Amino acid sequence: MNKYNPFEKILIYFGIFVFMTFILLPFVEMFYASLRPLDHLFRSPYQFYSDDLSFWAYQEMWNTVPMLGRYIFNSFFLASCVAILTLIFVIPAAYAYARFKFPAKNTSLYILLAINMFSGAVILIPLYKLLRTLGLLNSYQSMIIPGVAFLIPTAIWLLKSYFEKIPIDLEEAAFVDGASRVQILRHIIAPLSTPGLVVVGIYAFIGAYAQQFLFAITFNQKKEYMPIPTGLYEFIGYQSVKWNEMMAAALVGMLPVLLLFVFLQKYIVEGLTAGAVKN
Amino acid sequence: MNKKLKSYTTQTYIAYALIAPAALYIILIVAWPLLETIRLSFTNSSLAGEDYVGLENYQKMFSSKKFNGIVTRTFVWMFFSVSLKLIIGLIGAVLLNANLKGRSIFRVLVMPPWVVPIAIGMLGWLWLYNGYFGIIAGVGMRTGILDGPFGFLAYKQSAFISTIIADVWVGTPMVTVFFLAAMQGVPRDLYEAAYCDGASRWDRFFKITLPQITPVIITMSLLSAIWTFNSFEIIWILTEGGPRGSTTTLIIDTYKQALGNYKFGRGAARAVVVMILLMLFAGFYLALLARINKKISHE
Repeated sequence: MNKYNPFEKILIYFGIFVFMTFILLPFVEMFYASLRPLDHLFRSPYQFYSDDLSFWAYQEMWNTVPMLGRYIFNSFFLASCVAILTLIFVIPAAYAYARFKFPAKNTSLYILLAINMFSGAVILIPLYKLLRTLGLLNSYQSMIIPGVAFLIPTAIWLLKSYFEKIPIDLEEAAFVDGASRVQILRHIIAPLSTPGLVVVGIYAFIGAYAQQFLFAITFNQKKEYMPIPTGLYEFIGYQSVKWNEMMAAALVGMLPVLLLFVFLQKYIVEGLTAGAVKN
Repeated sequence: MNKKLKSYTTQTYIAYALIAPAALYIILIVAWPLLETIRLSFTNSSLAGEDYVGLENYQKMFSSKKFNGIVTRTFVWMFFSVSLKLIIGLIGAVLLNANLKGRSIFRVLVMPPWVVPIAIGMLGWLWLYNGYFGIIAGVGMRTGILDGPFGFLAYKQSAFISTIIADVWVGTPMVTVFFLAAMQGVPRDLYEAAYCDGASRWDRFFKITLPQITPVIITMSLLSAIWTFNSFEIIWILTEGGPRGSTTTLIIDTYKQALGNYKFGRGAARAVVVMILLMLFAGFYLALLARINKKISHE
């Protein structure tokens, strides 16, 4: 039933090739541009071939934008803080949703889904005023605080489904044997939910890494707190854009999330599709 | 009976206590700002201070031709972007669902545009769209379609189309992945039975796959409509809403009014329009989800 004749095979592979070209062309072109010398890039019309490809741009970029290392660190630091804070808020809530029955349970779960649909742009004005009153503009906090809020809803949904997979019988058996709630949490829930926590934590990290731009351009003007997505724009100079170095830095900047995702894509995709498709 | 009732209420208290931190956080950072935005929309709030001005912001906004143009443009932009995402996503999912060598690798390779920070991915598109040195203009010039350098982001119509394509690029992987997951959830015996009855591949797709994944297609169209409507970074980085406002959507306009000019009142009025539209979308989506869940639990 699933056998294809050679003609069909060629057709499908050709389709995949076209589809993949659309998806991957920007990355391939970014990588190629990062390897080429600047004067080869500045030829019009576009030259398909360069003979002296090198990784020179990957060295030079640190000199062109001296703060580059700091920006990458900032991105990591911000995303880690957001991920950890999200977990702290989400673990108890997700556990409650997975294990307890209480009034307004379903309604509040749907409200969480609805929050997911609001973009940050709608609430920027009050947040700007709030952060200004608290004196938090131009600080790490100005990017961390709104970041966490937008990751909490999905993280609760994801983690709830992991907690639900832990058989409740285990907890009940321990309870009957006289274990306290704290003991149950430490000896049963914590070890069994570690994989789920890791996946949700990494989801939050990737999400936080990805959403930095809007909060960074709105709430932070200080260079020393800038994350990499905004820091990259420094390659756009007064006279010309150092495209090769900018592309090299962009690839370095996206590498951490790509690697994390490749290793864990199976679990993240499973969790997300289960949440939104089947509930 | 009494004991049971008691344990039920303590359970409720524990549950509320566990949820409280997350709930308070969301109330403070999301819910309160939403209400505050509504209040601000009736004022002329700026960095200097604020006064109550009633409906002035709304009257000015709705009577401005520019604003009405922006609303229309937003929906046209959305329509093309969402339809393309769904069509390309569906084709992609069908291709990657074919039982051929290498499909597990391709399934991972579709995802980068979805995972990578949009702001970084858009730098790649800025380079692709470059009128003098970019590969798209280059291919156009060499094949003779273009008779010279062409800045894709510099002209009204081409900028409009270019931002849509970049948005489709960001949104398609997720649609593909969800469609694929749905296709793999279709029971195999349906296909086997159809195969035994002599149904062609084509028939099996249109009579089994498509009807089976329709709920997911509908949910995904609503979800991507919401996300496309919210799309900010793509347009902001590629064109900042230009040239001459040709790519200014509601979100971009809201941001410009509010934080470009620090006219919080006017920006808030626009944000309220965005909010109302989003609530409509969200209402549709949740009602749909509830219906699908009901259907599943009945089966």
